[in-house]
Amino acid sequence: MRTAAGGRAGAPAAATPALFVADLHKSFGQLEVLRGIDLLVAQHEVVCLIGASGSGKSTLLRCVNLLEPIDAGRIYLAGEEITAPGVDVNRIRRRIGIVFQAFNLFPHMSVLANVTLAPRKVLRLAPAEAADRALALLERFGLADKRAEFPDRLSGGQQQRVAIVRALAMEPELLLLDEVTSALDPELVAEVLAVIRELARGGMTMLIATHEMGFARDIANRVCFLDAGRILEEGPPEQIFRAPRAERTQRFLQRVMEAGRL
Amino acid sequence: MTFGGGPLGDPGDLLRLQDPRGPRLVRDRDALRSTAVALVSTVVVFVALGLLVVNAPGWTAVQRSFLNGAVFAKSLPAIVGSFWVNVQLFLVAEVLILVLGLALAILRSLPGPVFFPMRLMATIYTDIFRALPGVLVIYILGFGMPGLGIEAIPKEPFFWAVVSLTLIYSAYVSEVYRAGIESIHPSQEAAARSLGLSRVQSLRYVIVPQAIRRVIPPLLNDFIGLQKDTVLVSYVGVVEIFRQSYIKQAANFNFTPYIATALVFLVVTIPLARLTDVLVQRDRRRAAASSR
Repeated sequence: MRTAAGGRAGAPAAATPALFVADLHKSFGQLEVLRGIDLLVAQHEVVCLIGASGSGKSTLLRCVNLLEPIDAGRIYLAGEEITAPGVDVNRIRRRIGIVFQAFNLFPHMSVLANVTLAPRKVLRLAPAEAADRALALLERFGLADKRAEFPDRLSGGQQQRVAIVRALAMEPELLLLDEVTSALDPELVAEVLAVIRELARGGMTMLIATHEMGFARDIANRVCFLDAGRILEEGPPEQIFRAPRAERTQRFLQRVMEAGRL
Repeated sequence: MTFGGGPLGDPGDLLRLQDPRGPRLVRDRDALRSTAVALVSTVVVFVALGLLVVNAPGWTAVQRSFLNGAVFAKSLPAIVGSFWVNVQLFLVAEVLILVLGLALAILRSLPGPVFFPMRLMATIYTDIFRALPGVLVIYILGFGMPGLGIEAIPKEPFFWAVVSLTLIYSAYVSEVYRAGIESIHPSQEAAARSLGLSRVQSLRYVIVPQAIRRVIPPLLNDFIGLQKDTVLVSYVGVVEIFRQSYIKQAANFNFTPYIATALVFLVVTIPLARLTDVLVQRDRRRAAASSR
């Protein structure tokens, strides 16, 4: 396994990795989706997962968030094994944020209620304090004027930004982004990517599954290429995108380039 | 819209000249014509039916025993007064049904082997109370429970009427709720759980509020049924509208009180049925709009 001391200048090399995944296996019935994933994400590091649809990127993220039970392997969050029996999954999940491809906002709640629900009910913040913190976050991402709107009145890009703010309101140690721009119209992608760039600048530790290769190249400290449930190749973006070693990586990037996505 | 006319005297041209929205005017005229046709055919059908009834051999006898104006006027105040009992039954039972039905639906929605006994009990409950005719439940509880002679058990028929209606209707209503809960996409629960909400919290704040919104029209349908079924409790001696109309019928040797009772139900129930239809339509439009 490669060392993952963050490449970003100024980020202190932390002793304990934010996330450590060891030999993770996951099957859905007969189909083995993850076949031994080893992955290390350092504090303040941004790791992008690339690979074809069905290569296991989304499943990996859902396993890390304990939304899917795993079959074998171990996952450590800041040194604590979260796959150990008897671990309180609710306590773990509040430390990990996840943003989904389809936003999954709560349609019966206003933007502000979406963002404050978990801080109020899980962290037990007073409503006024939860609202203050939510408004500060909404302000930061240019959504303060949408606080009273319901999700169906927002564009896809706005909904996804609200979903990111909702995850951030729990002040997670690790943010998982699951193809967050794949459901967006092309002209709305940029505003969401800008939010993620801003988070990276702020030192947020992120594990990002994405089809946006240009974005991955810009933002990632490290890129992992997933193929058939394994990490086939990983390295700094310059190396993965300019000089991929594995033949499958080369072919994947070739196809992406032909599609004009790089 | 095309008209077969020549260059002159085409009525369509004339309309278009007079009004820039010419074709619209023609559409309005067509709509007017179909309304008129509907009106005429409705009148014809109803007049024919009316004539059929009025010319039936027993019409005069029926008219005398069912449509007696004097009996109607005399019995109506007491009948409307007794309807208040039905309203009370309905209101108390409805609140209890909404609560018990939701509790049953949530019990049946709990996943995992730990909750199997709860799911089993809730399933047996809904099976039993949907299988039994309501009148039987009312008879058995209304006469049986006070008959036990236990001091702590209330003996008032009204109490057992409310209990019976609640037990019966909760079984139906829990199925409506459950359908609503199951119609909420699993990604909503995933989103809630990913934020650290427990299973119960995600049900309470995310799943159930959305489910309830979705099932309001079918719930109203069940409440129309409940409103009518309040007359069943007359069997255990509650003097409500149906029992009152029976009393008036016996006192006058005339069936007109039943017609008065029927009118009371029509006046109360039809608006509720209309409201339900409006809500169903609105939901359908909304679903169509959100699945663009």
